Amino acid sequence: MSVPILKQGKVLIASIQTALTDTDMLRLQDELMAQIGRSRSRGVVVDVTALDVMDSFVSRSLRGIAHMTRLRGAETVIVGIQPEVAFAMVQLGISMEDVHTALDLEEGLALLESLGGEAERGGGGG
Amino acid sequence: MAAAAEVRVEIASDADVVAARQAGRRLAEALGLGTTDLTLVATAISEIARNITAYAGSGEIVVRPVELNGAHGLEVVARDAGPGIADVERALQDGYTTGGGLGLGLPGARRLMDEFEIVSQPGVGTTVTMTKWVST
Amino acid sequence: MAERRRATRRRARPVVVPSEGPTGESNASLLRELVAHLRRNRTQLRETWARRITDAQLLTAMTAEEIFAEATSVYDNYIEVLETGSVEALQDYARNLSERIIPRGVETDEVLGIVLLLRDVLARSLFEKYQSDFDLLNRVLDAYEPAANRIANTVGVSFVQERERIIRQQQEAIRDLSTPVLQVRERLLILPIIGAIDSQRARQLTEQLLRGIRTNRAKVVVIDITGVPTIDQTVANHIVQTVEASRLMGASVIITGLSAEIAQTLVTIGVDLSKVNAVGDLQGGIEEAERLLGYEVTVRSEDAARHT
Repeated sequence: MSVPILKQGKVLIASIQTALTDTDMLRLQDELMAQIGRSRSRGVVVDVTALDVMDSFVSRSLRGIAHMTRLRGAETVIVGIQPEVAFAMVQLGISMEDVHTALDLEEGLALLESLGGEAERGGGGG
Repeated sequence: MAAAAEVRVEIASDADVVAARQAGRRLAEALGLGTTDLTLVATAISEIARNITAYAGSGEIVVRPVELNGAHGLEVVARDAGPGIADVERALQDGYTTGGGLGLGLPGARRLMDEFEIVSQPGVGTTVTMTKWVST
Repeated sequence: MAERRRATRRRARPVVVPSEGPTGESNASLLRELVAHLRRNRTQLRETWARRITDAQLLTAMTAEEIFAEATSVYDNYIEVLETGSVEALQDYARNLSERIIPRGVETDEVLGIVLLLRDVLARSLFEKYQSDFDLLNRVLDAYEPAANRIANTVGVSFVQERERIIRQQQEAIRDLSTPVLQVRERLLILPIIGAIDSQRARQLTEQLLRGIRTNRAKVVVIDITGVPTIDQTVANHIVQTVEASRLMGASVIITGLSAEIAQTLVTIGVDLSKVNAVGDLQGGIEEAERLLGYEVTVRSEDAARHT
């Protein structure tokens, strides 16, 4: 089951539609990295609204995506974590402190916009 | 309660991890666990099942209804005939891993469930039994 | 609302009382004579009863005047039951009385105690009146005792049922009260926690809040714990977890009302408060929240400008 990746302006949107196996997750990681390189995207939104479980493997992979995209000059926002899923993640011991999160796609895009603006104002964006 | 019967899932690949947690969620729902508990159970099964694929290669997960002193709930039994865990105490500590993960698997699953028991013998295998009670 | 609930319950759980034996006409005439006697001596018997209630230290939560007023009503209802054989009116009165005195701390043993005292006071007056005719006394007591027991039973059961109803009602009220997630303005939720928190309630609050974030599309949450008397490590960890889980959903949490003592205790027992954004009081917390929401206000006003 592969995850569709849409390009909207300077942002890549990966919308996870169904439960992913670890292999699917690793493939998503690879594809996002390849596309950022090709499209010179400034931001990535991963929409996990459809996930009813986010275990340590999925969380680790998403953090990996966030770290790797940052190294390529892009910010990642994870959007759509469900209330029960957020509760379970925290119980499990996952807080993803160094990853941006937002309520949904709309909020995620707004957050990316404000992050980009700040980076430009700060003069450090690139 | 006809739907609430024991389900056995063979664990050999990462697709089976997904199948096991979905089976657990379905049974938990049939047993009347709350929405949050369904997610906790499914997440715990996911962690334990992944331990099987990561360390033992294959094994099985059984989910079944359980009743004790008037309380009822869901029991998950994960078995493998893998290398076993030499130091169970250490494996239950956060951040301890030999498999390159976050080391949250066993201690995390223990926090998600109400009861958690692990029996492991090096060279023989590991059995994890965990329970989530239906809160009244 | 409460009235309707009570009416439904009454139908569902009728007061079961033993019926009188089929002793027929003579029994009825004896009861009539009995009722006449109790009416004639109403003032004196009622006073004796009220005095014995005070002597036995029952209904200590009530004043002497109140005891006398209630005693009068119970006495009259008592006689009415003996006269008509119907407990309906007494039952209503007993429920009404219970509703009034339960909040004041009157216990079941006190209510049973006063009714049994009245039974004794009346029985003694019957002994006195009929002491010369032992046969008649026996027949009067045969008529009186089942009715008196029925009355005691009715009052006791009504009290207990009323008590159960009040407890149920309070439990519901507490459940509702314990999880008020309030939206004060768009994107801002306030969760004022009042009273002690145990692990179960903490989890309930967390779940409620997380769902509230989703439904109200909240971006900032202020959790006010001014009304929480003590916080132990378990509850503190729950708060930290709530902050983390809210953040995973894209919402920031501000904790207000964390007293210096509690903060110090938590740090001493090793709770990591570094992730917690704490602001002194609720007012300050709301101001901080509005500051965090600031950039959104600009975006919305631009939107509005575009649409006009």
